[in-house]
Amino acid sequence: MRRSSLFLIYLALNVVLLFFMFVHASYQREADARILAEKTEMVKRLQLTDLCLFTEASYTRHLSMADLHTPFQDSPMSLEHFPSGSLVMPPESIRKMNGKVD
Amino acid sequence: MVKWIDRQRNIIDFTLSSLFRRKGKNTALIAVYSLVIFVLASVVFFTYSIKKEASLILKDAPEIVLQRLVAGRHELIPLSYMNRIREIKGVSAVKGRLWGYYYDPIVGANYTMIAAEDGHLPPGRIAIGQGISRARLAFEGDTLEFKKHDGVLVHLEVKDILSSGSELVSSDLILISEDDFRALFGTSKDYATDLTVGVMNARELLTIAGKIAERLPDTRVILKDEILRTYDAVFNWRGGMLIVILLGALLAFIIFAWDKASGLSQEERREIGILKAIGWETSDVILMKFWEGMVISLSSFLTGVLLAYVHIFFTSSMLFEPVLKGWAVLYPHFKLIPFIDASQVVALFFLTVVPYTVATIIPSWRAATVDPDSVMR
Repeated sequence: MRRSSLFLIYLALNVVLLFFMFVHASYQREADARILAEKTEMVKRLQLTDLCLFTEASYTRHLSMADLHTPFQDSPMSLEHFPSGSLVMPPESIRKMNGKVD
Repeated sequence: MVKWIDRQRNIIDFTLSSLFRRKGKNTALIAVYSLVIFVLASVVFFTYSIKKEASLILKDAPEIVLQRLVAGRHELIPLSYMNRIREIKGVSAVKGRLWGYYYDPIVGANYTMIAAEDGHLPPGRIAIGQGISRARLAFEGDTLEFKKHDGVLVHLEVKDILSSGSELVSSDLILISEDDFRALFGTSKDYATDLTVGVMNARELLTIAGKIAERLPDTRVILKDEILRTYDAVFNWRGGMLIVILLGALLAFIIFAWDKASGLSQEERREIGILKAIGWETSDVILMKFWEGMVISLSSFLTGVLLAYVHIFFTSSMLFEPVLKGWAVLYPHFKLIPFIDASQVVALFFLTVVPYTVATIIPSWRAATVDPDSVMR
């Protein structure tokens, strides 16, 4: 078989897989609708405010509830040291507050 | 048309033979290129999906959360504040939330304890998240030990394990009765952790928030909109590690493009000279180089994107897990819902395939327009 035929078959196969990626994503979104509703219901019932993504520190566990002091709770010169603190940005409310001095 | 297709196929045949002659170099190039696209696509898929999911999950979060601050720190809020808020026109509901953190020295993890609504859990019983169940190997009917604020140990029975589907919000949760919560932390009945406020008309939210802040100056008002924007901002492209990853990928692309645009190797220039000498036109050479760029970049792009999809949505972002986990002992096992659309893939295509292909063609066009004799020398 010609090399170009092999390449075009490979390309076509990948494009088909790319198409199926979108089909799978759409199918999965529908299949996960029940789980999403379950999470939404739990947020409403328990009045939750944050995702349980980073459990290592209170201000990364409840990002939207963190006050201005939390990253420095050990002492005034104790700089932020949790790995997830370098992954996420401070909540907008805090950045907005410091905007004038930054 | 058939003639045109045949011409393209002949050129692709020749291009592939040419690439196979430098098998080692090109295989390494495709591997690195695919890896860069894989990382970029993984970041795009992950951040977009988590932001979208957070916005859908938290759409029913409290409209206003009211914290009391003392010396800049979050303090318990007196329940008497509720009456002062109820007096504000437009307020539909005010509730006290009772929640806090409990450090478990056995596994070294922090749990989030929330007092369940009345009647949901009888005293002495708790419901725990999947993360705690895994960490403590605790299941329905088991008993967990907690140290009260006065040092006395208390045993609470696990009545329920929260569903695995809800791990993204509940992995580290312990639902407990209000009486047990107050007994555990020694919280007075007159205080709550914070208050949630509901409003009748969403358009009055800012006015009501302003009135609350005016009436209760020792409090901090957090709006639902701010909660939602928090998750939009934390996974923003400028956020921490993301910008490091993006900069790394960008730098790799600049090196690729620089390598291509800075000129051809002696061997490649000689090849072009020979092709011109045996009758190839400049357009044929450019077409060959176009296909060379396409073979490498398109193969890498499709491989990188498909692998990124598998990585994020089939393996639960396995490679990102150590980064997201940090020092946390409890980490939710969650599978993101694939919120992807064509615009993300198209943007990645234009950011990666197009610049590389263009960078391949330009130096070839320069080499192809000079005299073959001088190129071969």
